[in-house]
Amino acid sequence: MIYLELLWSFFQVGLFSFGGGYAALPLIQTQVVDSGWLSMTEFTDILTISQMTPGPIAINASTFVGMKVAGIGGAAAATLGCVLPSCIIVLLLAYLFYKFHGLSLIQGALSGLRPAVVSLIASAGVGILILALWGGDTLWSFAIEKVDWVAAGIFGVGLFVLRKFKVNPIFIMLGAGVLGLCIYPFLPA
Amino acid sequence: MKRTPALYWKIFISTFTLSAFTFGGGYVIVPLMQKKFVNQYGWIDETEMLDMVAIAQSAPGPIAVNASIIIGYRLGGVLGAMVSMLGTVLPPFVIIAIISFFYQAFRDNYVVATVMRGMQAGVAAVIVDAVIKMAVNVAKEKSVLSYIIMFAAFIVAYFFDVNVVFVILACAAVGIIATVIREKRNKAAKEGGK
Repeated sequence: MIYLELLWSFFQVGLFSFGGGYAALPLIQTQVVDSGWLSMTEFTDILTISQMTPGPIAINASTFVGMKVAGIGGAAAATLGCVLPSCIIVLLLAYLFYKFHGLSLIQGALSGLRPAVVSLIASAGVGILILALWGGDTLWSFAIEKVDWVAAGIFGVGLFVLRKFKVNPIFIMLGAGVLGLCIYPFLPA
Repeated sequence: MKRTPALYWKIFISTFTLSAFTFGGGYVIVPLMQKKFVNQYGWIDETEMLDMVAIAQSAPGPIAVNASIIIGYRLGGVLGAMVSMLGTVLPPFVIIAIISFFYQAFRDNYVVATVMRGMQAGVAAVIVDAVIKMAVNVAKEKSVLSYIIMFAAFIVAYFFDVNVVFVILACAAVGIIATVIREKRNKAAKEGGK
């Protein structure tokens, strides 16, 4: 049955994609392209669309593939499969965490994890910043003459407003989108 | 916190709106959640938020989904977790379901592209702001080990592309070892003082 197949495929994607974000890509590709549900072009299209729409890429991919293969029911089955492992494992971890978080060993582990989490988010942030300012994804490929100054300006203003006025980040993102819409069309290509 | 229908509704609406704006990968939802649940509602403190992200990281699956499950659980038990997960999954689900009908036109649309380019810069600003805030919070502990972990974890994660799971496991191990050593030393000091 196609719904069960979709559920099972994306259950595996959810179960084995540690590290979030793009770590899930090769898994999704294996499940979706190798099984013949999508062509490689359609798969690349999902990536582009995922960049443009909110939400985790694994959820975007499972919804998209489900829709293509078996309509809205397929989308629901694939998405459910994708989040099921998270549900089970995270609930278990959360339960254990709140039951035992007074233990000094757990506190010790967390004292090592807190600075690490900051760095992991920082590393993702640098990746996005470089993508926004240079359109590339490596630190080594950038040069000062290739900077997208409009993006740099939007970034600077956004960061200043956030630090200074503590506004809701959602307004910064919306504002940045509106600025992009108002400025980019008037630049020479 | 009282587990009333109003609480669950608030959890749902919060995660739904947050999720609708998590462009650019899972980590973006962290600063948004921080703003909402730590600064605005005051339901969770800054340190617990970092613990939650660490737990979300140590499980497989999308970080945004994992983080919302654990926050929902903390605020409203298992039902709270289900409600906040639903709130997180619905926006991308609905949007992609609609877009799947005309995705080629959407992908090639010039207006969409310019908005996205601007938004990318905005997302970068939001993340950098959150990182500064969290780093300041960690720095308050004034622990040399924390600085070292922060520096080392960034180097391996960014430059060497090491899988997050290994970074998490290694840092947890370092934290545990440091605690064991400190406790042994304290014990020895106490016994020596007698």
